[in-house]
Amino acid sequence: MKHTLSVTVENRPGVLTRVATLFRRRGYNIESLTVGATENPSISRMTIVVEGDDRIIEQVSKQLYKLVDVIKIVDMTEERFVERELVLIKVKADNNVRAEIVQIVDIFRARIVDIGRNTLIIEATGDSRKIDAIEDSLKPFGIIELVRTGKVAMVRGGKP
Amino acid sequence: MKMRGAEILLDCLKKEGVDTIFGYPGGSVLPIYDALFNSDIRHILTRHEQGAVHAADAYARVTGKVGVCLATSGPGATNLVTGIATAYMDSVPMVCLTGQVSTALIGRDAFQEADITGITLPITKHNYMVESTEELAQVIKEAFYIARTNRPGPVVVDLPKDIMEKVIEYQPIRDEINIRGYRVMRGFNSGQVLAAAELINQAQRPVIYAGGGVISSNASAELLQLAETRKIPVTTTLMGLGGFPSTHYLSLGMLGMHGTRYANYAIGESDVLVAIGVRFDDRVTGKIDTFAPNARIIHIDIDAAEIGKNVNVHVPIVGDVKEILQALNQKLKPQPEYGEWHQTIDRWKDEFPMRYGFSMEGRIMPQHVIEKIYELTGGEAIITTEVGQHQMWTAQFCKFKHPRTFVTSGGLGTMGFGFPAAIGAKIARPDRPVVDIAGDGSIQMNIQELGTAVQYKLPLVICILNNQFLGMVRQWQSLFYEGRYSFTDISHQPDFVKVAEAYGAIGIRVTEMKDVEPALKRALESTDCPVVIDFWVEREADVFPMVPPGGSLSNMLGGD
Repeated sequence: MKHTLSVTVENRPGVLTRVATLFRRRGYNIESLTVGATENPSISRMTIVVEGDDRIIEQVSKQLYKLVDVIKIVDMTEERFVERELVLIKVKADNNVRAEIVQIVDIFRARIVDIGRNTLIIEATGDSRKIDAIEDSLKPFGIIELVRTGKVAMVRGGKP
Repeated sequence: MKMRGAEILLDCLKKEGVDTIFGYPGGSVLPIYDALFNSDIRHILTRHEQGAVHAADAYARVTGKVGVCLATSGPGATNLVTGIATAYMDSVPMVCLTGQVSTALIGRDAFQEADITGITLPITKHNYMVESTEELAQVIKEAFYIARTNRPGPVVVDLPKDIMEKVIEYQPIRDEINIRGYRVMRGFNSGQVLAAAELINQAQRPVIYAGGGVISSNASAELLQLAETRKIPVTTTLMGLGGFPSTHYLSLGMLGMHGTRYANYAIGESDVLVAIGVRFDDRVTGKIDTFAPNARIIHIDIDAAEIGKNVNVHVPIVGDVKEILQALNQKLKPQPEYGEWHQTIDRWKDEFPMRYGFSMEGRIMPQHVIEKIYELTGGEAIITTEVGQHQMWTAQFCKFKHPRTFVTSGGLGTMGFGFPAAIGAKIARPDRPVVDIAGDGSIQMNIQELGTAVQYKLPLVICILNNQFLGMVRQWQSLFYEGRYSFTDISHQPDFVKVAEAYGAIGIRVTEMKDVEPALKRALESTDCPVVIDFWVEREADVFPMVPPGGSLSNMLGGD
């Protein structure tokens, strides 16, 4: 089962390497990892999606806690949480199909952010399922390039 | 007070109680060596950085204090790597100081530049590169704090040269350490202690499986009390030897791959297994799903990540072993006698005692040398070993009465560890005899440290059990690779007596059984000079009994 871990870490050089090295060495599989600033400039937040049963997730979390630069770990899978991902898709779009693509973009409440002679770049945000769905819908037109940010997430309600 | 970075560094070391460091100079650490020149910190000059790091490691194992070593940037620092990994695997508190090129040169592939914080990332508890002279004192304080608290381990501090040269206004740090991502474990779950006590009080066939955690937590007395209150037989891991007296009637000796048959059988039959300061290593458990199949397992350890890592346990207790055992001991009802369980174990002890054969050619049996070393030192010596057959024979045939008297590379299995370790041990405990039990392969990996031992007039006894083979590998080739001795015959070797003499040490060769004891006696009498004894032993003696790799503990080869 996939788990989404929210890991607060010291905002210091080398912290990403420490976390990545730990995952590599222990053989845990990272599905996605994002890292960015938080409301506190000395702290960064990593959102790590990792595949594994409860035993593996427990080990991942205990091993992460042993890193001196890791401050707190929340397994959001056990909570109600909001997750979002952003994708940019460059798709083939000549005049014959352009209207159809625009329709799909509307349905997904995505946006067109660049128009080329025969291409469009589409930007979409949403949870991973929505991103998967828009990717599938655009595939038949010919995807030239695609980039996903990986997941960021936050627990719902008042809990930090 | 205005001070140079290097002087601040030494002041911080002194404030951490450091009186001895092991090191080797070089370009990037010139400022530090200049400050050491008239410092009252004792610096031991080894002949290779690996010698320094192993000596510092042994110094820590023998004293319980943090060991400190110092090396220059680049090759100096990379020469520490094996020693750092050794300390990491055996949870030894160490601070390794490495020089680094000046900050302006970092990242430019400067002369003798190596990314040592990057290299040591997976083999340190934590590491630092100091970024300014102003933060130096704080980093050193944190490094020692992290190295010695919770589960101990090595910490590397990388020190760029310009930061050591810079003069700043220095204020010693007085505040308590507060690292938000690192909390020292205090207390434990007392409900779990009660659950453990209940299990132990009801057990019919209990066994204690004790490891290095007992020694690093200084909990030998508490372990003894636990065992004696409930009359529980105790087996220790390699790292746990000395944590419980091997001479005690409840001692089962070592368990695992080269453990005693009775220890391994007891594990198999036990109904409650009390695992204390251990990590269920593969050399201990054998095939993991056949390990202690009938037992409810209580696991006491300071490192939460060890709980459930290799086996599922029924009662985990996370915290300091000593504190937990103190609480546990109060909840135990005294056990008059187990009767049946002890009789079973005694029967195994009678049936499968530790023994060894004799040499067809009348050669010295290596185990005999080890027994003699124990006899002549009465269990009061500090014994270090290298890695291989001689190490396992030492674990099997030498007895240990006190904690911190057996120094060996257990987890990493580092050949070349024992001799520099003996140097560190002797520096730490000049009052005790120190004996390095070595193989002819291992001793050649750090033999240059004879220079160090002679320079500092250390009366070490280095016993080479010389079978002209890389014996342990040869044994596996013999057992599992149809006797194809691929590159394990090392009969092309130096004259160890002459090597010793060339360094100014004493060299003795022993080829006859009758000369073993006199040679050892003579060596142990040395007061200011290392003695190398080259014992020519039976070439193809094997370490038995043995659990074949991946096999189960109940299925041992040999020793029956």
